[in-house]
Amino acid sequence: MSKILKIHELEKTYNSGSKKLTVLHNISFDVEQGATFSIVGPSGSGKTTLLGICAGLDQPDSGTIELCGQNLGELDEDQRAQLRNKEVGFIFQNFQLLPTLTALENVIVPLELQGAKNASKIGIELLKKVGLGDRFDHYPSQLSGGEQQRVALARAFSTSPSILFADEPTGNLDEETGEKVIKLLFELNKEAGTTLVIISHDLDLANRTQQILRLKGGKVISNEKTAL
Amino acid sequence: MNRESIYSKAGSLWLFKMAWRDGRASISRLLLFMASIILGIAAVVSIQLFSTNLKQNIQGQSKSLLGADYIIDSRQQPNEKVKSIIDSLVPDAYEVNFPSMAAFPKNGAAKLVRVRGMEGSFPFYGDLETTPENAANTYQQKGGVLVDATVLLQYDLKAGDSIKLGVITFPIIGAINSMPGSSGIGTSVAPTVLIPYRFVEKTELLQVGSRKEYQYFFVDPDKDLDELEKVLDPILDDENADLDTHTSSSRQIGRSYDNLGRFLNLAAFIALLLGCIGIASSVHIYIKEKLTDVAVLKCIGASRKQSFLIYLIQIAIMGLIGGLVGAIIGIGLQYALPELLQEFLPFDIEITTAPQPIIMGLLLGMFMSVLFALLPLLGTWYVSPLEVLRISEKPAVRSRKTKIVAFGAIIIFVLLFGIWIFGDLKFAAAFVMGVFVTFAILAGISVLFIKTIKRYFPASWGFTARTSLLNLFRPNNQTMVLILAIGLGTFLISTLYFTKDILLAKTQLDNSADQANLILVDIQPEQREAAINTLEENNSEVLNNLSIVTMRMQKIKGIATNDIRKDTTSTIREWVLNHEFRTTFRDSLIASETVVEGEWIKEIESGEDVMISISEGLAKDAQIGLGDKVVFNIQGVLMETIVGSIRKVDWTRLQLNFMVVFPKGVLEQAPQFHVLTTYVPDTNKSASLQQQLVSKFPNVTVFDLRQIYTVIEDILQKISWVINFMAFFSILTGLIVLIGSVRTSKYQRIKESVLLRTLGAKSKQILRITALEYLYLGILGSLAGILLSLISSQLLATLLFEEPFVPSGIPFMVFLPAIVLVVLAIGLSNIRSVLQSPPLAVLRKVG
Repeated sequence: MSKILKIHELEKTYNSGSKKLTVLHNISFDVEQGATFSIVGPSGSGKTTLLGICAGLDQPDSGTIELCGQNLGELDEDQRAQLRNKEVGFIFQNFQLLPTLTALENVIVPLELQGAKNASKIGIELLKKVGLGDRFDHYPSQLSGGEQQRVALARAFSTSPSILFADEPTGNLDEETGEKVIKLLFELNKEAGTTLVIISHDLDLANRTQQILRLKGGKVISNEKTAL
Repeated sequence: MNRESIYSKAGSLWLFKMAWRDGRASISRLLLFMASIILGIAAVVSIQLFSTNLKQNIQGQSKSLLGADYIIDSRQQPNEKVKSIIDSLVPDAYEVNFPSMAAFPKNGAAKLVRVRGMEGSFPFYGDLETTPENAANTYQQKGGVLVDATVLLQYDLKAGDSIKLGVITFPIIGAINSMPGSSGIGTSVAPTVLIPYRFVEKTELLQVGSRKEYQYFFVDPDKDLDELEKVLDPILDDENADLDTHTSSSRQIGRSYDNLGRFLNLAAFIALLLGCIGIASSVHIYIKEKLTDVAVLKCIGASRKQSFLIYLIQIAIMGLIGGLVGAIIGIGLQYALPELLQEFLPFDIEITTAPQPIIMGLLLGMFMSVLFALLPLLGTWYVSPLEVLRISEKPAVRSRKTKIVAFGAIIIFVLLFGIWIFGDLKFAAAFVMGVFVTFAILAGISVLFIKTIKRYFPASWGFTARTSLLNLFRPNNQTMVLILAIGLGTFLISTLYFTKDILLAKTQLDNSADQANLILVDIQPEQREAAINTLEENNSEVLNNLSIVTMRMQKIKGIATNDIRKDTTSTIREWVLNHEFRTTFRDSLIASETVVEGEWIKEIESGEDVMISISEGLAKDAQIGLGDKVVFNIQGVLMETIVGSIRKVDWTRLQLNFMVVFPKGVLEQAPQFHVLTTYVPDTNKSASLQQQLVSKFPNVTVFDLRQIYTVIEDILQKISWVINFMAFFSILTGLIVLIGSVRTSKYQRIKESVLLRTLGAKSKQILRITALEYLYLGILGSLAGILLSLISSQLLATLLFEEPFVPSGIPFMVFLPAIVLVVLAIGLSNIRSVLQSPPLAVLRKVG
């Protein structure tokens, strides 16, 4: 199977006052196309930083990232944005919907960025699929947390991305709602054949993916396939 | 990957769509922004439209204002040379006009009027509107007079009643409703009475020293008036006559509204500047709230350019809408201005809505919005998509070059606007420079303030007082930003207020009981004793008993005035060369004057040098100083004088002030007339005294200052209203700006306050910390602004308005506490959510 994400000897440091803080040290791993992959670790282990770099939201100090066949180090910020628009979907812990746009508008923005002509039609179908067929015109502030995350799911899948990054997708939801959202996430993922990269504290959630990368202190401590 | 391919997908239509979607839901947050634009533009458009209309009306009606194509006038009987010029041009009409008392036998009343003795069928342009209508054509033939309609109304007179002018009683043929050359303030004080020229001499009103004006009217629409002016004006000037063409008179009328126009322009300039600051601060808050959204957009694939353009389009459209609303309000306001100013304008203003100020309003709204929003908007360019992952990297570093370009564009915009408003590059540059110097000084003050607190930090103070002081200099402090915003806002507001005071100072008429309120002029030497007796019989004490001698300057510092006129390099003001000076002689100074240079000479002996005293203004305009020689022509006799002293004269007092005062012992034998002043306590006694004076001394003119005060005060009140209104308009914009600026600091303080709350701080403590911090900033910012405005107002008074400046206490007593309270109130309202909601809820909300 081909690799959709290749990470090689990644290093990332931040300046903390006069000191240099190494957040990621010598990270290397690959993710196969269509696989489900999770990154776990305690707070401060560098999970979110790693996700940001993998998705092209940030750049490493050294090392290479190849996403969907593109070396991210060779792209400028706008080209990385275009790549994200075409190939990447996102789910965030705090949903990150645009508060001034309705549910439907939130879902279709990535499609509109691609210049898709049938954006509204796709958006309506997706919202129906996530169970929000009667909430098209609602603003995020008029939706519950679970509903907002479902809109975010619809947005993430709207462009049929090759890879989807989910950052603590249930972190802001109660257990029951969280479970529903995860179920929906895996269903949509299976249906679309998208590669799924999840960042989580939740080992139960991680165990539902095919591979788990464990981080501690910015280093990889294990990279194992699960029984799935 | 091709960089441009990104933009070809989601086209500009999508950018507009996104701008609309986002703006639709943010309209309430943009209210401050809109209010700033609307008020700024409304002020600019109304003032510009009014000025344009005023200019167009003056130009369009210049012939009607003059009543002829051109006029030759002289304050004395034209001499042979002038007469020959007049005869060669063949006048179509002529008149002599002079102030005089008129008596109304029907009710025994008397009133100061301007008599116009007219020969010919003046006016040739515009209408002499009378009631009955045909009175304008019949009064000459019937040998009667036309009287100003207001006077007839005031004294309950009508056509058929009579009026006594001098020794002649005339029948009143009709009322003058309007007449070219008779309007404005002058007519309110001395309304027009039009009589046939042939009766002037018979009235016996024209005596030695009488103030009179001969005017010859010419109709020649094809004449090249500029050429005529060029040829005739110097010749006539030499002979103490003057040529007025309808074009030159429209220029003069335009000039007489200069100071009002300048103030209104200044108000517009300040209102727009305040609007600009308002835009910058409200967009700053707005964009700050939008940065996470921008990060999300970038995260899902929008480019930097796209995210930037979405908000730029939004701001530009808001600017256009604000400009449009402002322009509509401005158009409405300009209909109100002439209504208010009608009484002191010499003509009816016809309001037309010129397209230029409206287009300018729209463009200004858009450009000012975009330019002043540019710096906050640049934040969208530099915000990282990482923000969505809660990774707070170092704050986005904005390119220095971009900042310089943005600042440069702002300076150029303000400068261009200044040039448009003031029509003068020098003024515009000075204003822009002034604003930026103020900006720099305020920045310096805040740096100094921070350093001083750090150095002398009162470590022994209690927790709340210490924390509030700490807030002023620790990281994320808002000291510089708020002192700049509050200081600049207060500076502009106070400058406008002080400037208003400079212009309105003239309206403070001294009307106290110990001042004369009745002035009797043109008293001939033989009438003097009898006039004094009449006053004393009426228990009116003679306050001043002055002799007036009229004269003109013949030579200044040894050079003949005729030669000075021809010298194109001379900087001596022309009026000095043509003016008929009314001088007096006395041995003491009066209350309204003080000697600023030289020595006051009381009296001289025969054969001694004639040491005169001149006013500061005359010294400046005639460019003469102590020891300089001036030769006067006193009705044919030349007299050499030497400037012995220069006096500062308070002309704002309606007193008998003189530019030239002689010592005793020189002019006693010169042809002269006399002036008496007295104080009459009430209107009835004043009326009765005036009636007696008019019947005994028909040629004597009585100025009833009480009446003049009333007329002038009424007119000035209207002007004040307009000035106050425009000032209020700008001040309102300033307040909105302050609200915007202080709200900008909202995010700096909420987090700290909520953390303190989490750690157990009581509401009272948080409230006190916040209140003290805003109190320090409010006091320092507004005080610095007001103090700086004292300097700017002094500069404006001296350089622009050429008027004295005495600062009022209002900005210190009203603005200072009011602005501090507004700052305090907004500051405290910022942390309202912290005090009312649980800490976690607030933290979640502000991220």
